[in-house]
Amino acid sequence: MSPAKKLILIAILTIAAGYISLPSAKLDIKINKIQIKKTFDLTLGLDLAGGSHLVFEADTSKIAADKKKTSLSSLKEVIERRVNLFGISEPNVQTSNFEGKDRVVVELPGVKDTKQAIDLIGKTAQLVFAEMNESTESATLKPTDLTGADLKQAQTVFDKNTGKPAVSIEFSKEGGDKFALITEKNVGKRVAILLDNQIVSAPVVQEKIIGGSAQITGNFSVDEAKKLAIQLNAGALPIPVKLVEERTVGATLGIESVDKSTKAGIVGLVMVSLFMVLAYGKLGLVADTGLIVFGVLTLALYKLIGVVLTLPGIAGFLLSVGMAVDSNILIFERFKEEKTKHAYADALEVSFGRAWDSIRDANIATLITAFILANPLDWNFLHTSGPVRGFAITLALGIGISLFTGIVVSRNLLRVFVKEKKQ
Amino acid sequence: MINWMKYRLSYLIISSVVIGAGLFSLIKWGLPVGIDFTGGVIAEYKFSNGENKTFRYGVLSKEESEKIRQDFKNQNAEEIRFESVGPSVGPDLVKKTIIALVISASGILLWIAYRFKSFKFGISAVLGMLHDSAVLIGSFSLLGHFFGAEIDFLFVTALLTILSFSVHDTIVNYDRIRESQRKFGGDLYDLANKATSETMVRSLNNSFTIIFMLVALILLGGESIRWFAMALLIGTVSGTYSSPFVSVAILVTWDEIVKKLRLRK
Repeated sequence: MSPAKKLILIAILTIAAGYISLPSAKLDIKINKIQIKKTFDLTLGLDLAGGSHLVFEADTSKIAADKKKTSLSSLKEVIERRVNLFGISEPNVQTSNFEGKDRVVVELPGVKDTKQAIDLIGKTAQLVFAEMNESTESATLKPTDLTGADLKQAQTVFDKNTGKPAVSIEFSKEGGDKFALITEKNVGKRVAILLDNQIVSAPVVQEKIIGGSAQITGNFSVDEAKKLAIQLNAGALPIPVKLVEERTVGATLGIESVDKSTKAGIVGLVMVSLFMVLAYGKLGLVADTGLIVFGVLTLALYKLIGVVLTLPGIAGFLLSVGMAVDSNILIFERFKEEKTKHAYADALEVSFGRAWDSIRDANIATLITAFILANPLDWNFLHTSGPVRGFAITLALGIGISLFTGIVVSRNLLRVFVKEKKQ
Repeated sequence: MINWMKYRLSYLIISSVVIGAGLFSLIKWGLPVGIDFTGGVIAEYKFSNGENKTFRYGVLSKEESEKIRQDFKNQNAEEIRFESVGPSVGPDLVKKTIIALVISASGILLWIAYRFKSFKFGISAVLGMLHDSAVLIGSFSLLGHFFGAEIDFLFVTALLTILSFSVHDTIVNYDRIRESQRKFGGDLYDLANKATSETMVRSLNNSFTIIFMLVALILLGGESIRWFAMALLIGTVSGTYSSPFVSVAILVTWDEIVKKLRLRK
């Protein structure tokens, strides 16, 4: 393929990428009967979009070693269910283990009331029904086999008599049978409803209840009743957890960060472009064109593979701009030397060939670090946190794309450019 | 051609002074470690009069942080950010960073040793990396004492990035040594001088482009990214310097010592 044809291909690619990079990019094509619809959105991390990053530590001291793994994965599932029921879009729940400490990382984008979220996730919510023996002076509790596990569904209601918020629960078939048995045995006595070993309410049983539903009327606020219903629906946590880390960023700070780093990025890019023209003249213009292609392709790729952009991620991108320009600088400096020994066009090819060795070796060294920081295999002995990874992923992508723009794009631009000069 | 390697003693003095100042500060004032390492709370609020204020606390219990939050809410203050880190998080961060450093450095060392067919090249490059880490950590001790810089999660990221940048530059220089060695052969001393002259302009120009981006970030990028960009900037300058004047200088010195030992035998 001739360099000119390659350039046309590159131009088409750039235009397509440019379209995807637009803020309102949408794809809506109909080929015969197949309809493709896709929107391209840039996913912003918690530090840019606002939200909460919560880390809980699981207390596995009372869990048998052979059951630990299944308990932890069901812990993750329960937390995921709770968060989903809470109505947060695109939450991210991950478990991590480091030196025997088991943690669950919960990322909640755009959450407004962090305290609510922490309470919702962190509470074990173990529901137990217990018989009460009030014959002695101090009442004793005798837990029954009816627990939160026997629930089919829970929902918030308002008590018919008092108008106060309450949680109505519906038992599974077995749960209903157990409940019928318990109420039959305790007519005229109290049955206590315990949540995490605390009595929420202890109503007096009027008669045997069949049909399998009951109502918990504690002294709830609307929010509390709602939380409890979610917790009961999602199930109790199999392992108690404790909050060890919280990072909440308000939406305003996020927007400010995006604005400021965009501004800084533009100023930096303009300065780099000017510098390249001042240092290398026409060649610098070629490098700047390559840089534009680099920027557009990178942004499109972020959207296509769904990179979560964080503040360190932006820094990683800006740093990779520097590395993208570096490929060009290496080639141009080489070109200055080779020009004295070879014809113009030959010198160009020789420069690309020679510079490639160092570009390859140097970029692979950077990729080694990026790989370790990005930790794509989720090794527990390395960082698994969002921001560091975000940085490494954008840096690695930047290196990959810069190799393409630095070598393929600039090279073909120069080939065409040099030919024209000859004619 | 400039005889760069003749002034190796001066490079040693420059590096020693810079690292020495950092070391002095480290011993005297320590490292300005933030809550990511020690645990604690940083809260930033915007008050109704438009003023932004940052508050710092030690490690707080769930109830204590809830109370603080409620107090600010009662004052109609808007929560800009609220970061609370437990005491168990910091030691893990340090350990994981050290593991990442070791793996990263060994990976790079092996890669260079493979590409340049000699451990001498790999080890000299990694020593250059360590030089840059020492400069960066020392500078942050000074910056922390005089300008209130703080070492956090992002600093760790910057530290690891700098390692790769430092090596990037070193490899470009090595590559020239390798090429001339194949073509002309000769003494490593002369080859290193030639390679350093050939790569100097490229090295400076490349650093300028990165410095432009970073200075723009420092000046315009906002509070939350400023020290991170600063760490990268220090690393870039140190990395550019260390490639010829630390890594290649060590390589040449090493070669000379090996030769002298051979002569004695």
